[in-house]
Amino acid sequence: MTVTRSEFCVIACAEAWRGAGEILASPMGLIPSIGARLARLTFAPELLLTDGEAMLVDVDGTVEGWLPYRQHLTLVTGGRRHVMMGASQIDRFGNQNISCIGDWEQPRRQLLGVRGAPVNTLNNPTSYWIPRHSRRVFMEKVDMVCGVGYDHAAGARHHRIPRVVSDLGVFDFATPDRSMRLASLHPGVTVEEVGDATGFALTIPDEVPYTREPTPTELRLIREEIDPHDTRAREVPEGVRA
Amino acid sequence: MAMTTAGDKATPAVGDTTMTAVGEKTMTADEAVSRLESGMTLGIGGWGSRRKPMALVRAVLRSGITDLTVVSYGGPDVGMLAAAGRIRRLVAPFVTLDSIPLEPHFRAARERGELELMEIDEAMFMWGLHAAANRLPFLPVRAGIGSDVMRVNPALRTVTSPYDDGETFVAMPALRLDAALVHVHRADRRGNGQYLGPDPYFDDLFCEAADAAYVSCERIVDTAELTKEAAAQTLLIKRHTVTGVVEAPGGAHFTSCAPDYGRDEAMQKEYATTPWAEFAERFLNGPEKEGT
Repeated sequence: MTVTRSEFCVIACAEAWRGAGEILASPMGLIPSIGARLARLTFAPELLLTDGEAMLVDVDGTVEGWLPYRQHLTLVTGGRRHVMMGASQIDRFGNQNISCIGDWEQPRRQLLGVRGAPVNTLNNPTSYWIPRHSRRVFMEKVDMVCGVGYDHAAGARHHRIPRVVSDLGVFDFATPDRSMRLASLHPGVTVEEVGDATGFALTIPDEVPYTREPTPTELRLIREEIDPHDTRAREVPEGVRA
Repeated sequence: MAMTTAGDKATPAVGDTTMTAVGEKTMTADEAVSRLESGMTLGIGGWGSRRKPMALVRAVLRSGITDLTVVSYGGPDVGMLAAAGRIRRLVAPFVTLDSIPLEPHFRAARERGELELMEIDEAMFMWGLHAAANRLPFLPVRAGIGSDVMRVNPALRTVTSPYDDGETFVAMPALRLDAALVHVHRADRRGNGQYLGPDPYFDDLFCEAADAAYVSCERIVDTAELTKEAAAQTLLIKRHTVTGVVEAPGGAHFTSCAPDYGRDEAMQKEYATTPWAEFAERFLNGPEKEGT
């Protein structure tokens, strides 16, 4: 069976929570949600998950706890959480923008607002999921810093951006100046393709690995139990990049 | 003690001190809003498009009051007041309709450059309310530093821990409110408010941070009725923080008020896709509840 691009994305997101222990996985977006549930069902069984509102739930929906916003915000500052947020713009040091495009005083395009990105990035590991990798998202300088990147964090004690996952690959900040590096390519993607779709100079290691294949068990869980209606293909359609 | 059934508005018996007119705070939405003034700072409870006090917001829209500073985890409350030109300044970490991520009227107002905005993080916002509720000038928050929240809010100050850690925090100023508007599931006539949904949001905190709080509810019940079927922990809002109680069935519509009713997605979509003037005509003059 051929593994689809969206399934590689699920694996790349799930891997963010490997070895995280008994913490809350906060996925935002469809594919990160599938990834978090996959991690919980396989290699990270200690993870806590929410129903998207105030309940802590098992993958099957069984309620195991209550986490209203006020306690969620304490959990954030307590650090027992790894969130994967979206980004309308992200730059080379991992600064993220979900607030507005253009000049903040009178934006060309008003988006959501900073939401919890400032508190997230200074308190718990924050990763990002970008379903369509392009120069409009991966840009030299974001219009409004919501999620704090490595250059702005200035060594803040709890600041960490473990990974950025896009439909093209996985990225991290394992470079001397903590700028973005290509960590793995999803099979079928080339280094050139990533470079063309990125609006800043990306560190490319001499040898770039491919994102790992899902195991047969993982593939069955994704296809039959977690996402039987293939909603993941709506977020990352197959073949669009070809 | 005189026992009454839910919603019973019978006059209390002579000598019954538990239900004297003195402690009663029931009023209509229009009466509540008649106590507000232009230029006030209004806190609005709920979160996004969830349990927003829409009956009270509608009353504000029907009234002439304007030039408001609105403090809200923003949803259609912000969108409507912005569309109607009532907001001078908004304090918010986001504005969203949840199932429709971007609030169209808030967006339009911002893109026209009409809305003065104090854009702060969700946690900063919460600690600002806590500071106000605790009569503190500020509370330290590990959020905002390094982000452009500091650039777009040049009035924000930082504070350095006086202890060995020496960490620097944002000194989040108190978000003191002239009035708070919230909507809950049940309340008694004295202002004890009960929520029955999954999340209290920050409605109690809004009331504590305000000089006056107006609580609308799905149903006013006798005090003893509140804990007949629900645990005492659902009694979120205490009467000493409440100025007025408004019975407003469907008072959060079209936002969600689970378990009494969910979000009216069809109506919300109509709101998001209809020019404001046209929508307002029907929405403001229609019945409190439309097809929940």
